[in-house]
Amino acid sequence: MTAEQDVATPIAQSELVQAIRTATHEVFSMMLNLELTPGEVFVEKEEAVPASGVVSLIGLAGPWVGSGSLSCTAQFACKIASHFLDTQYEAMNEDVLNSVAEVTNMIIGNVKTALEDRLGAMGLSTPTVIYGRNFQTRSAGNQEWTVVPFLLEGERMCVQMCIAPNPDSAKKAPRGGFPIPHVLQT
Amino acid sequence: MLDVLIVDDSAAIRKILQRVLRQTELPIGTVYEAGDGAEALETLRKQTVGLILSDINMPNMDGLEFLTKVRAEQAWQKLPIVMVSTEGAHAKVLEAVERGASGYVRKPFTAEQIKEKLAGLI
Repeated sequence: MTAEQDVATPIAQSELVQAIRTATHEVFSMMLNLELTPGEVFVEKEEAVPASGVVSLIGLAGPWVGSGSLSCTAQFACKIASHFLDTQYEAMNEDVLNSVAEVTNMIIGNVKTALEDRLGAMGLSTPTVIYGRNFQTRSAGNQEWTVVPFLLEGERMCVQMCIAPNPDSAKKAPRGGFPIPHVLQT
Repeated sequence: MLDVLIVDDSAAIRKILQRVLRQTELPIGTVYEAGDGAEALETLRKQTVGLILSDINMPNMDGLEFLTKVRAEQAWQKLPIVMVSTEGAHAKVLEAVERGASGYVRKPFTAEQIKEKLAGLI
């Protein structure tokens, strides 16, 4: 078996979208008692984020690497927290940020579980939540983001992921028994 | 009274689990909280609890390592420990059971699922 045959068969975008929709629906219906309406999926070269609002990011690592995120307005984030914690939140605070982080963790974590049979075991980072106005986020690399919007009472939330084979797992020695000298590694 | 230790790096999940515990018919006493396995072990060495609910993916010491260390102690070998985690792969669940988990609930969960799991254990 050649090194190229070791790389996992890529997943179709439709599989990724289905995994995101299923995980998001489960989290929102089971823990927030909210029914979201799925929106039309699109692909972005750069992560689709609002000019202001909340973005929660999680990294994935293993034979495949990537990132997942949830982005929404501050009002939507307050709605998430209010339903998650069964307490009314009208403004951003630590509880709201913690709620968005955990909702993101559950959604992306369940997407990860759904994909692991095909892509191999992956690790999940702890979520990072960013809140503010006029910000942008960038991820290193050239992967495309699959963006899955959801609508709730006229407001939009997006769950997006980019995932690609880990380039480090494709590296091989030029011949068996000859390790790659550090000076030659790319 | 049943004193409980909740171990999760998410403050939101700790709040939710505490609320669900108080909704059960169990005589819940003091609920202790810890943000990772190391903090949980420190709490266990100072307090006596009758039930532990623990996440798996946590910084510093994860839930599986915490589980192994708890089961290594004679005094804690029969302590009910329920893992509550997003990790749903069969291999992960099996690993938790092999390390001594008394039960496993996947996130997201409903209050009913937690109550049913505890009713079978306590």
